[in-house]
Amino acid sequence: MKHLKPLNSKAKRIEESVSLTEEDVVALQQAPHVPMGCSLSFSPGWEVDSGGGTAGLCQPVERDIYDCYVTCFWPVQVPDHVNYSPDWASNCAVATKDWRNLDLVFP
Amino acid sequence: MTEMTAALTPTLYRRGEMHEFSAAGQDFMYLVSTGAIFSLDKSAHAVLRQLAERSMTLPELIEALTEQGYDPAEAQGLIRELRMVKAILSEAAAPAPAPAAPPADFPLQALVLNITNQCNLACTYCYEFGADKIATPQGKPKYMTLETAKASVDLLLRQSPGRKGVHITFFGGETLMNFKLLREVVTYALEQAEAEGRKITFSLTTNATLLTDEIIAFLSDKEIGVTVSMDGPPDLQDKRRVYKSGKGSYDVVEPRLRKLIAGHKTRAITARVTLTEGVTDVIRIYRHLKEDLGFHEVGFAPVTNSGEQDYAIDDAGMDGVLAQFHQLADEWLAYALRGEMHGFSNVSETIGELIQGVNKSHPCGAGLGLLGVSPSGDLSPCHRFTDADSHTLGNLEDGIDAQKRDEFLNRGHVSAKYECQSCWARPLCAGGCHHEAFVRYGDTGHANLHYCDWIREWTDTCLKIYGAVSALNPQFLQRFAERKALS
Repeated sequence: MKHLKPLNSKAKRIEESVSLTEEDVVALQQAPHVPMGCSLSFSPGWEVDSGGGTAGLCQPVERDIYDCYVTCFWPVQVPDHVNYSPDWASNCAVATKDWRNLDLVFP
Repeated sequence: MTEMTAALTPTLYRRGEMHEFSAAGQDFMYLVSTGAIFSLDKSAHAVLRQLAERSMTLPELIEALTEQGYDPAEAQGLIRELRMVKAILSEAAAPAPAPAAPPADFPLQALVLNITNQCNLACTYCYEFGADKIATPQGKPKYMTLETAKASVDLLLRQSPGRKGVHITFFGGETLMNFKLLREVVTYALEQAEAEGRKITFSLTTNATLLTDEIIAFLSDKEIGVTVSMDGPPDLQDKRRVYKSGKGSYDVVEPRLRKLIAGHKTRAITARVTLTEGVTDVIRIYRHLKEDLGFHEVGFAPVTNSGEQDYAIDDAGMDGVLAQFHQLADEWLAYALRGEMHGFSNVSETIGELIQGVNKSHPCGAGLGLLGVSPSGDLSPCHRFTDADSHTLGNLEDGIDAQKRDEFLNRGHVSAKYECQSCWARPLCAGGCHHEAFVRYGDTGHANLHYCDWIREWTDTCLKIYGAVSALNPQFLQRFAERKALS
């Protein structure tokens, strides 16, 4: 953090948790900020949050592709799960919790 | 479409619940949602100033900051940082969620054994025997038996799974009227803890009238911490700390104390002063106890009372007490900046809590990690409820009464105290002492409204000390934490 300096144990723990979130999505946090995803879908992880950021969303924006697969008809962004990658989401039971287990798919 | 409309309503940014303060030329914030302390640079301070005037939308806020000379991208980053720590919020105004209560199987950490409810003094303000007493000792044992004490140790070890160390405090009445038992139970507890590969430590509170060389040697040998209830130099000590005959206790206490302080080097010896009407000369009491007698630490508390007792301190008296507290607080800071420990416990205790950033669901550990045991083996939230039938939480034979404990804890939870919801000091205070509340309001779950202003002022003072030491001698806080085993 640049403008705030943590001075007690609790503040240090908050800083740690903030920096973890930051590192997770660092590439997409740089200005200018480009909101990603389908603007008509309001499923979790889809939009930017009310402050214009993506760091606090329950599903990181990098994994939005999962939402295309589960809830959206949009055909081009999802892996070809019928023919080539049938198990790409088998380790992800609950998207908001298990998104880290999603396999990356390279066409 | 309603969802879309909601999403398009401009979000207002406002300040999160916080207490801002300055010290040593720097700005700080104390966050109520967590108990965290951050120092602010000029930019962060500017944002908070801006939002102190009114809530703003993000574009408004960025525009205001741009007008003050900030680059828009920089302003974005700054706002984001403040949002991440919840110093500014975009949700509707509401108190920060209360800290969750610890789980029902929260392990015990300490027991207070009331090894006798008898006392050789008759201090006129005593909460156990005085006008506001809640104890109902009639027909109950006056001295704890070894069997009961051993059962207490067993309960403590059994109900504290996962803890490497546990603690027993011996209390009374006058604790040393049952020293024989104390000695035996210490030996037993050490054996039992060792058998489990765990550590057990001890402390006791005494009026010091019954100390002997033999007792002092034992206390030092077993590293038993000692707190002495004492009110100051002869004229103040003898005003209310008297024998049943009315005779003062100073002359009996003084030579014994000197021997205790000279002979017991393994633990800090602290004095605990009760301030009452006419006994408000804080500085003189502190100097006498710290410098003349040699106590390591001295702590002060105004007497607990229903508000109607003639020994209560009136408002003017409290103002005088606070003014003197501030003088000692200034001294504490000066010492800390020189790297020295000052002995004024009232500051040290709060600084210890600020180092951790506590955010309390309950004002203290009573009924959670701590229980009191009466001579009869009844369990109570703490020593102040010993022998009070209205507040038992089970007994040694049948164990902790889970339902009564739940009821006590639900009642005392900070979120159950209406007046606390708008107070920035609640992470530390959580409404204050359950016993004090019961004596004053007849309800352990009532916020102690009679000292709210005092708590806020005192917390602010300690935060300023904390800020100044952080800015000017941060190593001191680290050493302080290590010494108090907080880190």
